[in-house]
Amino acid sequence: MMTPTPHDISSPLPPLPGHTSRGRLERVLRAGEFAVTAELNPPDSADPNEVFDRGAVFDGWVDGINATDGSGANCHMSSVGICALLTRVGYSPIMQISCRDHNRIAIQGNVLGAAAMGVNNILCLTGDGVQAGDQPGAKPVFDLDCMSLLRTIRLMRDEGRFLSGRKITSPPQVFLGAAINPFAPPYDFRPLRLAKKIEAGAQFVQSQYCFDIPMLERYMDQVRDMGLDEQCYILVGVGPLASARAAKWIRSNVPGIHIPDSIIDRLEGAENQKLEGKKICIEMLQHVREMKGVSGAHVMAYRQEELVAEIVHESGILKGRRPWTRENNPDYEAVAEAIETVKDQSEHPIDPEEAVAAAFEEH
Amino acid sequence: MPKSAYQPASRSPVTRSRAFYSVRLWSVRHSRGLERIYKLLAGVFLKLHPFWKFVGYKRAEKPVVLIEKTVKSFLFDCRMCGQCVLSDTGMSCPMNCPKSLRNGPCGGVRANGNCEVEPDMPCVWVQAWKGSRNMRAGDNILHVQPPVDHSWRGSSAWLRATAQSAEEKDAQKTEAG
Repeated sequence: MMTPTPHDISSPLPPLPGHTSRGRLERVLRAGEFAVTAELNPPDSADPNEVFDRGAVFDGWVDGINATDGSGANCHMSSVGICALLTRVGYSPIMQISCRDHNRIAIQGNVLGAAAMGVNNILCLTGDGVQAGDQPGAKPVFDLDCMSLLRTIRLMRDEGRFLSGRKITSPPQVFLGAAINPFAPPYDFRPLRLAKKIEAGAQFVQSQYCFDIPMLERYMDQVRDMGLDEQCYILVGVGPLASARAAKWIRSNVPGIHIPDSIIDRLEGAENQKLEGKKICIEMLQHVREMKGVSGAHVMAYRQEELVAEIVHESGILKGRRPWTRENNPDYEAVAEAIETVKDQSEHPIDPEEAVAAAFEEH
Repeated sequence: MPKSAYQPASRSPVTRSRAFYSVRLWSVRHSRGLERIYKLLAGVFLKLHPFWKFVGYKRAEKPVVLIEKTVKSFLFDCRMCGQCVLSDTGMSCPMNCPKSLRNGPCGGVRANGNCEVEPDMPCVWVQAWKGSRNMRAGDNILHVQPPVDHSWRGSSAWLRATAQSAEEKDAQKTEAG
């Protein structure tokens, strides 16, 4: 289905038929545009300005910002907190939920809270094991897994019920995402797992870092054969490597990232390794842009976030399209109204005794 | 031995070794035979439904759990989740996954097919995929499994499955009659 092109940035977002969210990301993808998302490096701080500063580097270059949920099992500001701040100033975050840290009661509550704050996109993850992070002594929760998490949120959205069957008065209107990793065994099961995720409710998927185009091509062949690229939007993950040393470290210490020797050799042979890393990333992006069945890219430039704008610009993947910029969050009308009411009331202070007496008379 | 928060039941990380997984891996290699045995066993249990009903499913629970736990702990390193999906997961118990994934492998599987959390353990789901390829109903691995009901932990999955199929049978009978 074609929808109006998402160039019009000043208009608010009324719900569109067939859309599950009011978010910009869903519109861009459904309009057949090549979407770009990026990952915000979550601060280890209680200062909101750090979130705003880290969001500002993506301004006007991406269609969605991922707010990670304790990525790598490291402790940072929570994804709900980051999303609350980002939506307040008009950004469009993709809230990640990892099953490692919350049980089903906490997760369903967070989904409602996030949707009330204006979050339109949720990415469902299982999460890294606690051994990978800075607090290996933590208790791993893993109450749900990514698949049952997708199903749970879909149930909340489409049927307006909690997992227990209790009714939700105003269901969360969210665009549901999941993660894929075509670069880890068992390779022949990976496309079937994507099919499973789609069955469970995934509408878009973001992949792990891609450094191996032939391997991705093999995966996409199977995906296209099964017709999965037509049932779900696939965003391929890319990112710049800072140096050959960093690449080797990532390869042996970060689970699930596959970096072929050719990439490391190329970095080692380069004069300026950081520049070469960026070049590789741009080449990957350009490859991915032309790959059939791929709907977008997810640029993860961990601790080099300022490079995202350059990478997107120099790769030319947007082909002149101006992506999303900050806009008014439609859900914030409710907040604005509430603020007005509070202002009114503060001008006419209420006497508590009178208020109680009035309430008593009413009954 | 790498430090890890994951503690398999009744094993200390110090005594764990590759040998610990050999029976579990044997079961996956013989998934087809085990599938047949399980089907037979399920049939026998269902035939015994009047007996279970006479004794009372609740009262039968304790001795059955004892046997079920012994057999399945030996063969599959069973964790007694009480809602067995072994026949859908290639005879590789998904509760042994440190992330208790019940719907397929996570993205952290190592290139050698071992677990991200336990580097010396073969990934439960890589094994499950292998095992399922030998099974008659191997494509059941593609079904999405509901979340685990933790209140069933430690109860007999065999009796629960039997009671369920008996109920279904009764329902069919009443429908037909």
